[in-house]
Amino acid sequence: MAITKEEVLHVARLARLELNDAEVERFQGQLSAILEAVSKVAELDLTDVPPTSHPLEVSNAWGEDIPHTSLTLDEAFANAPDRDDDHFRVPPA
Amino acid sequence: MSITWEPVIGLEIHVQLKTETKMFCRCRNGFGGDPNTQTCPVCLAFPGALPVPNRRAIEETIKLGLALECSIADRAVFHRKNYFYPDLPKAYQISQYDEPLCADGRLVVPTADGEVEIGIVRAHLEEDAAKNVHVAASGRIHGATATLVDFNRGGSPLVEIVTAPNIHSSDVAKRFLQLLRQTVVELGLSEAELDKGSMRFDVNVSVRPLGSDELRTRTELKNMNSFNFAAKGIEREIARQIKIYENGGTVDQETLHFDPTAEESAPMRSKEEAQDYRYFPEPDLVPVHPAPEVIEALRSQIGELPTARIRRIANTLSFYDADVLVTGGLDRLWAAVVDGGADPKEAANVLANSFVASGIDPDAVNPAELTKLVIARSEIPRGVFDEALAKVGEPGFSADPYTAQKAVSDASALEPIIAAIIEANPGQVEQYRGGKQGLLGFFVGQVMKETGGTADARVVSELVREQLGA
Amino acid sequence: MSSGIDTLRLTAEEALALVDSGEVSSAELWQAYRDAINEHDGELHAFLTLVDEPEGNGIPIALKDVISTRGVRTTAASKILENYVPVFDATVAAKCRAAGMTLLGKTNTDEFAMGSSTENSAYGPTHNPWDLTRVPGGSGGGSAAAVSAGLAPWALGSDTGGSVKLPSAFCGNVGLRPTYGTVSRFGVVAFASSLDQVGPVTKNVRDNALLYRIISGRDENDSTTVDVPPVALPEGTDLKGLRIGLPRQLNEVEGIEPGVKAACEAALAKAEELGATVEECDLPLSVEYGLACYYLVAPAEASSNLARYDGVRYGLRSEGADFREMVMHTRHDGFGDEVKRRIMLGTYALSSGYYDAFYASAQKVRTVIKREHDALFERFDVLVSPTCATTAFPLGAKSQDPLAMYLTDVLTIPANMAGLPGLSIPCGLSEGLPVGLQIVGPQFSESTLYRLGHALEQAIGFDVVPERLR
Ligand SMILES: [Mg+2]
Ligand SMILES: [Zn+2]
Repeated sequence: MAITKEEVLHVARLARLELNDAEVERFQGQLSAILEAVSKVAELDLTDVPPTSHPLEVSNAWGEDIPHTSLTLDEAFANAPDRDDDHFRVPPA
Repeated sequence: MSITWEPVIGLEIHVQLKTETKMFCRCRNGFGGDPNTQTCPVCLAFPGALPVPNRRAIEETIKLGLALECSIADRAVFHRKNYFYPDLPKAYQISQYDEPLCADGRLVVPTADGEVEIGIVRAHLEEDAAKNVHVAASGRIHGATATLVDFNRGGSPLVEIVTAPNIHSSDVAKRFLQLLRQTVVELGLSEAELDKGSMRFDVNVSVRPLGSDELRTRTELKNMNSFNFAAKGIEREIARQIKIYENGGTVDQETLHFDPTAEESAPMRSKEEAQDYRYFPEPDLVPVHPAPEVIEALRSQIGELPTARIRRIANTLSFYDADVLVTGGLDRLWAAVVDGGADPKEAANVLANSFVASGIDPDAVNPAELTKLVIARSEIPRGVFDEALAKVGEPGFSADPYTAQKAVSDASALEPIIAAIIEANPGQVEQYRGGKQGLLGFFVGQVMKETGGTADARVVSELVREQLGA
Repeated sequence: MSSGIDTLRLTAEEALALVDSGEVSSAELWQAYRDAINEHDGELHAFLTLVDEPEGNGIPIALKDVISTRGVRTTAASKILENYVPVFDATVAAKCRAAGMTLLGKTNTDEFAMGSSTENSAYGPTHNPWDLTRVPGGSGGGSAAAVSAGLAPWALGSDTGGSVKLPSAFCGNVGLRPTYGTVSRFGVVAFASSLDQVGPVTKNVRDNALLYRIISGRDENDSTTVDVPPVALPEGTDLKGLRIGLPRQLNEVEGIEPGVKAACEAALAKAEELGATVEECDLPLSVEYGLACYYLVAPAEASSNLARYDGVRYGLRSEGADFREMVMHTRHDGFGDEVKRRIMLGTYALSSGYYDAFYASAQKVRTVIKREHDALFERFDVLVSPTCATTAFPLGAKSQDPLAMYLTDVLTIPANMAGLPGLSIPCGLSEGLPVGLQIVGPQFSESTLYRLGHALEQAIGFDVVPERLR
């Protein structure tokens, strides 16, 4: 189960990870080996097996529609890399 | 022989619920707060913060589903839709995917030519994105030097309603949207204000030869916020696609941004890579199992829905009047006024024309006072009626001072005035007598002016005709 | 030990008694541990951040640096959160504070808890107190090393694939991975939401039960939690009636060290002496497919959970001409290699074209694993095996080979996939290094795990103080 260089780059772009050439090379080899190992899950006949996305059988967990106290601006921006008055600023989207 | 083309239209509508709090945190939901003052670790996606669904939002979505005759899922699941954007703090939107709360419903749209049933594929619950402000010297996105983010709206509850592609005219699409909006408003789910973005929709359009059941490539019109623009955009897109096919071309699947001032809809900037949202079940949440008794309780809260009321009122009035009254949210007031003794048609005319134009909130009106006004309408001067109607929504409004001002219809009072006006306008008199009958209005107008609008216009017009002879 | 407090041997229960009786003040106790940290943490590097002014009137605790602490830097051992100071407490941190506990500091971990050796920390590895050339296990190596070396009476870790159980085994501690859903994850920096669970790391079994009592229970901020009755504090050594299953696939795993096997067999012999029955059984699919299942599910969830680190609201921000470029540079610079590998692996497993073969299959395998365990629990109260096939390995031994590192967790992962609780207790030494015994039970069976763990602890008489520190 080898992964190509293009696939590594595609996945990295989807995940918004910049990679240099050396990293692409390194991850290509490592990910190929890991994918080879994990593709084992496809060996089993799972035709009539339902998926488990959650280990506990619980449902209907919710909160009532009653407002709590929001953060102060100082708390909201306490860790902000770039604050523009009362907005978070980022390079143009 | 030329082909007759049939449009195939599907709609995707987002409605913002007017709950007190957001979908997955208990920050206040709604407009008005200063930027970033309605935020918390959850809606700012601080590390470790977890979503907790809003029970009321879930119940209101079920209620809408019931109103749209959907089946309510025995088990509904939230999924994550993954993509990066500054207004999406977790870099995924919690939405619903293959197990939505409501599916497989319909909304019957009455039209002048009979009823059209529009299929509802699904209605599901999700969270809204925050608000980006693109800052730039030129004010245009492309020249932006920075993007500023306000997370107040981020995480507001949204219901997404998806129709089947079985709408075949822009008029039905528009009527569907109006009817859906009215339904949502009446259920108390949302203000559904198009100009504020609390109701927005995307339109998918394709065309096919009439009689075929194929589905051809569709284009998507995004960011619609007006029913008329939607209709106009659909018309334009239908014409464009027909022209392409008739010239032997093919339609590209693309997303178009509708600009009502432009001649055609511009394609939106294409994404740098094809979107792959990597949906998977949201592991921070557990499934929703709506209890049958909860569903029944919600069902019992639903009154007679707009479609049924249009159907019923159209037995008394024209379809057009019934449609305007119901989708304008005026039919309950109309019924009260008719119950008070007003003529149904007269009441409908007043409500569907002058009243709508005045922008008064129907709920603020005391029906008994409006009834008096409608009944007295033909007997009081036009100016007085208009003045009264403009105030009918004010607290403590009484119609009595206005209805007391009966119009002057006494011929002996009006005749001298008319005579004076005829004498003062010999040129117009000559023209009238020479066959320019339209000048009658001129003389009536002069009389009304002279009497300060208190004269009964019908009586004046009879007397003028009499005096001018011919 | 100028204070006369022997932090190497003092249990949390004894420390609590000292403070309760007034023999030692909370501040003196905290200072004794702080002195121990000052003396030993230079060579161990168990802590990433130390607290200088403790609040509270109880006994000290150390928290793994994935647990948000209001006002105290929380890095998840990642460069991307180097200067991040939470404005809120994780529920478990708040519970510890509410119980009066004084925070000593935040302990080292593999970056975002991704690893089995604590070598993936952006701030350098932690060393094993039993042998400084060896790893403490991971990801919670800092918490385990701190408790083992007397730098904290107890600590919290978090366990996704074995990150409490494995380091506890390598450092000679008692570590519990609780039943999924019994301890809140709110405020715990997420790795894999359907697997993460916070658990206590302690010197003995009773301490462990005491701390689990404090942190467990339903949290309205974590939709995946449930209410649990308070766990029973274990007493005595009677194991009559306890049915122990010995899964062959876990006990005869490839590469198992003779010393590990011998120590576990000796412990089982003691259990039989105390009245338990021991019988071999099988978990063929869980062990064969567990690792592959885990390394799809956990990275898939992680790829989404770690998408929020985009340089917008907190954490590292690198330069970029536009938003997209800024995010790509930030994540390149901020994440270490193991985190990048798992993000890419998980993204791949969820992406279109691969979802069914990878993620969807893994979800089904998870059902298979759950069913296999459920069937065994009809015949057995607990399942026992080594926690790891080996003792602590030398630093650097596996850091160039991700797959070899992943295999370290092959014995802890199956129960985790099924959401089951597991307790690791020290059961002896192999060539001078601690051996962990893993006890797994059905959901909510923590009291049973503690009963067996406590009885064996008494019977074995393991000395928890590392030989080189005695
Ligand atoms: Mg949507
Ligand atoms: Zn919030």
